[in-house]
Amino acid sequence: MSYALEINSLKKTYDNGFEALKGIDLTVEKGDFFALLGPNGAGKSTTIGILCSLVNKSSGSVKVMGYDIDHDFGMAKRHLGVVPQEFNFNQFEKTQNILINTAGYHGIPRAEATPRIEHYLKRLGLWDKRDNPSRALSGGMKRRLLIARALVHQPDLLILDEPTAGVDIELRRGMWDFLTEINNQGTTIILTTHYLEEAEALCRNVSIINHGEIIANSSTRDLLASLHTVTFVCDLAAPIDSVPVIEGYECALPDAMTLEVEVDKGQSLNEVFAALSAHQVSVTSMRTKTNRLEELFVSMTSGDSK
Amino acid sequence: MSLANYEEKATDFGNPNWVAYQTIVRTEVRRFTRIWVQTMIPPAITMTLYFIIFGSLIGRRIGEMGGFDYMAYIVPGLIMMSVITNSYANVSSSFFGAKFGKFIEEMLVSPISNQTILLGYVTGGVARAVFVGIIVTILSLFFTHLAIHNILAVVSITLLTAVLFSLLGFINGVYAKRFDDVSIVPTFVLTPLTYLGGVFFSIDLLPDFWAGVAQLNPILYVVNAFRFGILGVSDISLGWAYGILISMTVVAYVIAVRLLANGAGVRS
Ligand SMILES: Nc1ncnc2c1ncn2[C@@H]1O[C@H](COP(=O)(O)OP(=O)(O)O)[C@@H](O)[C@H]1O
Ligand SMILES: [Mg+2]
Repeated sequence: MSYALEINSLKKTYDNGFEALKGIDLTVEKGDFFALLGPNGAGKSTTIGILCSLVNKSSGSVKVMGYDIDHDFGMAKRHLGVVPQEFNFNQFEKTQNILINTAGYHGIPRAEATPRIEHYLKRLGLWDKRDNPSRALSGGMKRRLLIARALVHQPDLLILDEPTAGVDIELRRGMWDFLTEINNQGTTIILTTHYLEEAEALCRNVSIINHGEIIANSSTRDLLASLHTVTFVCDLAAPIDSVPVIEGYECALPDAMTLEVEVDKGQSLNEVFAALSAHQVSVTSMRTKTNRLEELFVSMTSGDSK
Repeated sequence: MSLANYEEKATDFGNPNWVAYQTIVRTEVRRFTRIWVQTMIPPAITMTLYFIIFGSLIGRRIGEMGGFDYMAYIVPGLIMMSVITNSYANVSSSFFGAKFGKFIEEMLVSPISNQTILLGYVTGGVARAVFVGIIVTILSLFFTHLAIHNILAVVSITLLTAVLFSLLGFINGVYAKRFDDVSIVPTFVLTPLTYLGGVFFSIDLLPDFWAGVAQLNPILYVVNAFRFGILGVSDISLGWAYGILISMTVVAYVIAVRLLANGAGVRS
């Protein structure tokens, strides 16, 4: 079958000799909602730059909706919409004109583009600002303008490079809803993000990239299932002054009223509670620590787990 | 191939590159008309000063040059000077601005061909050059009488010059890394070459050696060919002028397309 995105042994060495991508392979199925996770400097933006021809690759091949970006660049670009990490529109241009121009660059005449532009401006809450220069928009609005701009030519594959960085929680939810909506309508979506809960909430499949290499690649659910340990945070009824020793379990005492216990897959919470009772430690409430995906991410990118 | 394929898909609204071209031209024309105080007013003032000082005040003492009253003699060169500076400045600063503001990326990620991008910018430069050229011509009519000797030469030399210097401005814009880089060439190359290019004097006045050196200056051909169009006199053969301008334009075009294809200054 053909994929929405197919990357083979993609390498990039920048002019200064830095090897940003060391040969990555990646496939994303049509209709997928896919996350590319990785710490700063992992090579996410470099990868996206190559897809949309802002960065020249050193070697390897890329196909967008089955079209090779070297041999079929017109069709590849026609099917791809990109929301870059940084604002790259003309700050002096009116919001609406930015969209009209981008439509024009894609060969869509103004008359054809206008109703579509109106739809996206309204849907993304920018309609009232259509005649304002883009520099007068708030950060969240600028981000949404980038999304509208990436959609005016109705691409089949939408790629967003850290779309919710710097966007407050409420607006982020709105953006999630919007992305889910267009994914349900058939647009394949790939996003890179630092908000790991975002990948967990939105994405069916995940790849983790670090130092220019893909280190994990599977469904979000499988990745989470492969997580070995969960850390439970227990609130204590009374302060204790030393970490209780529980055979086979790692414990920590961040403060006298809080105990953290790492529980491996296959181990039993009953055992933990039995041991705690034996130590006369009484637990009033309990929750899991942080985001599980975040832990996974940390364990995979920490280097020793490679 | 790819593009043909793409065009096939898009036939319901014609050739996409044509729409893209119109979009770039519209944006470019809007840019220089929006900032008309920076683009239209300065050449109008400078040229009016040239007309007053060199034409009226000093020109009266000089008398005739090449068989014409001095004011009439310098007007064609001054019009060309405006055409050269404005086409060059428009494309170099607009392209550099798009690079600096990163919005050049809007075009680079779109399926437009490199030649369409280039032609769009060049047309914008030509539009401004013609616009300013007309303003300066109208202003000159307050100082002298202009009879057009050969309209074909006037139009073709104006367009050829505007295209050539738009292309050179584009190449400058590609290489420019800072705003200063956009003004270096006009200040240190174009202005001196224009002064030495026979705007104010006939090269017949120069000693043989310097007259020979002057022939290496492309602006000499622009000025003289245009002066022929207006007055019917030229220091150099018209055939040579066209030959040199056309070859330079072709070379500049090839270089500019190459630079775009390699992504010089815009792709990493
Ligand atoms: N133009 C460039 N020249 C040299 N190195 C670069 C350039 N752009 C990015 N890099 C380097 O490549 C690595 C990957 O960068 P990037 O793809 O932006 O990472 P990410 O988007 O995952 O944070 C980083 O170490 C970065 O410093
Ligand atoms: Mg990045």
